[in-house]
Amino acid sequence: MTVRTAEIVMAVLMAALSIAFMVKAAELNIGWVKDRGPGAGAWPFWLASGMLICCLFTIVRWFTRATPESRSTDVFIPSTALTMIGLTVLALALLLILTQWVGIYFGLMAFLIFYIRFMGGHGWLMTLAITLATVVIVFCLFEWALTISLPKGISEPLFYPIYDLIY
Amino acid sequence: MEDIIGHLLGGFAEALHPINLFMLIVGCALGLLIGALPGLGSVNGVAILLPLTFLVPPNAAIIFLAAIYYGAMYGGAISSITLGIPGASTAVATVFDGRPLATQGKADTALVTAATASFIGGTLSVILFTLFAPPLAKFALRFGPPEEFALMMLAFATFVGLGSDDIPKTIFSILIGLVLATIGLDIISGRPRLIFFELPGFMHGINFLVLAIGIYGIGEMLWTLEQTGGNVVVHKVKTTLASVWQNMLGFRKFFGITSLSGLLGYFVGMLPAAGATPASLMAYGLTKTFAKDSDSFGKGNPAGVAAPESANNAASTGSMLPMITLGIPGSPTTAILLGGMIIWGLRPGPLLFTEHPDFVWGLIGSLYIANIFSLIINLAFIPLFVRVLTMPFTILAPVIFTLCIVGGYAPTQTMHDLWLMLIFGVVGYLLRKLDYPVAPAVLAIVLGPIAEPAMRQSLLLSQGDPTIFFSRPISGLIMVVAIVLILLPLVKLFRGRSKRSEATA
Repeated sequence: MTVRTAEIVMAVLMAALSIAFMVKAAELNIGWVKDRGPGAGAWPFWLASGMLICCLFTIVRWFTRATPESRSTDVFIPSTALTMIGLTVLALALLLILTQWVGIYFGLMAFLIFYIRFMGGHGWLMTLAITLATVVIVFCLFEWALTISLPKGISEPLFYPIYDLIY
Repeated sequence: MEDIIGHLLGGFAEALHPINLFMLIVGCALGLLIGALPGLGSVNGVAILLPLTFLVPPNAAIIFLAAIYYGAMYGGAISSITLGIPGASTAVATVFDGRPLATQGKADTALVTAATASFIGGTLSVILFTLFAPPLAKFALRFGPPEEFALMMLAFATFVGLGSDDIPKTIFSILIGLVLATIGLDIISGRPRLIFFELPGFMHGINFLVLAIGIYGIGEMLWTLEQTGGNVVVHKVKTTLASVWQNMLGFRKFFGITSLSGLLGYFVGMLPAAGATPASLMAYGLTKTFAKDSDSFGKGNPAGVAAPESANNAASTGSMLPMITLGIPGSPTTAILLGGMIIWGLRPGPLLFTEHPDFVWGLIGSLYIANIFSLIINLAFIPLFVRVLTMPFTILAPVIFTLCIVGGYAPTQTMHDLWLMLIFGVVGYLLRKLDYPVAPAVLAIVLGPIAEPAMRQSLLLSQGDPTIFFSRPISGLIMVVAIVLILLPLVKLFRGRSKRSEATA
């Protein structure tokens, strides 16, 4: 995909998002409510219309080739970078799915091992050391010091003995 | 004046309180590290680490974050000089002369000059801050909702008028930030707004940290992955106590340039759209233009390191002035600090000086001390920081992603927000690639919840008459300046066109 194509795709998507915001805001009162001032929907509605106008400007200038992006025929994301970024985003999405299912700690371990061992090509010793250190530090910082319970999914029962220890 | 000295002494006492001092030193060291790591700057550090500050009281938390802000400004120079890659955008100008110095084997001169200049610029700007802040806050006490709204308009207008980005894309970024801030319960009418797909996760609104960590954490890492591909080359640095001392003595001849750059940086830093990056570039440009030996710039002139480093530190203090006194952040980093203060239950603005003097003066006192510690830690641990820079990005990146995920979960504790954060990160990265500025959106999502009630209350005061923003003297003046700033690019556009048509005619 070229930068020029990406520019128009993004502008159209953002215009669609603006319209979605406008439609959603219009479900509320977008006018003046007597003695109460502007309605709840007024501020978001008019701001979203502003967003739409900005997108339309970008689209018009895409046709007239007025912006550097609309003239550029460079590749939007070079293929080497695309693989790396694609894999990273995919790994992050999987991490979130795993977090909901087996909990954040096991999800993080899988994520870190995948990233350091397989994407980074570092040795197993390094991989495991950083993985374990990260997970333990996160646990101590959040569960223990901040008492914020991170999602644990089906792995929750495994943590009961540790809870007994720290709380 | 005596009043200020008294308060300042109290501030020093507050900042030297054991927990505050501890947080300050940790903040300086972490800031230096974050600043030095390519791809991470003060704004990323502050966004990613803010959730961790729930551990300590607000005073210690703001001192910690301000120390990170400061440390990062010092640290940016380290990678600019040793790697030739700016550690943060604020240290771009430092590469111009810092890199040639390093290739000539004078990396130590460049590093010591950068640290000393940072210290002078930082300290000078904190003194200015101490003198300016109390009178400005006193003046701002008279502000009502129309003035507050006008000030926010001015903040956004600076992005349009002074920012270098594409105008429709800049306005789009401001507006999307403001709209995202309206999601959730409307505080005035109590009605739920913009609840997409009736997802309950939208009911509590979008916490600014979800957007800030998405953009400055995940988005920034994706950006860095693309830019560096994970490979960097480090220049060797040898420092001894004697060479540090020698270089500090040699610094004397740059004192004038450094002070002037600091002044410039401070005033440029106050403007939301400008900040540390343009301030350092301007300082570099001016120093080069007015230097007798302007040819030697870009080939390893230490003055070319001193000027931008002084300016970027001064700018970071400058950007705190409007945040503390008016409640309007002067940079994306201070926008996140402001959001943090709201989470801690403090309302930034003029009342802060009267209602929480220990907080404000503790912060001001800590800025002086943070400068001293950043200088010491910087000079003492240069070899260590250089060692850390050689850490492969494939180890650093997953650890930072981990911090983003757990940090993004902490404020609201819903999976919904984590998904949103990932979406913001990816979309923010793509938008940035297409030249959409992302900083205005972060500023807007923080200011949105303050701007909207200010506007609605103003309109209620005037029974719906929008001229209220112009008929009150202070808000009128601010609005006029804001409108001029918004119209400025249009004027430039037309003048550019007429010139071009003259040229072709």
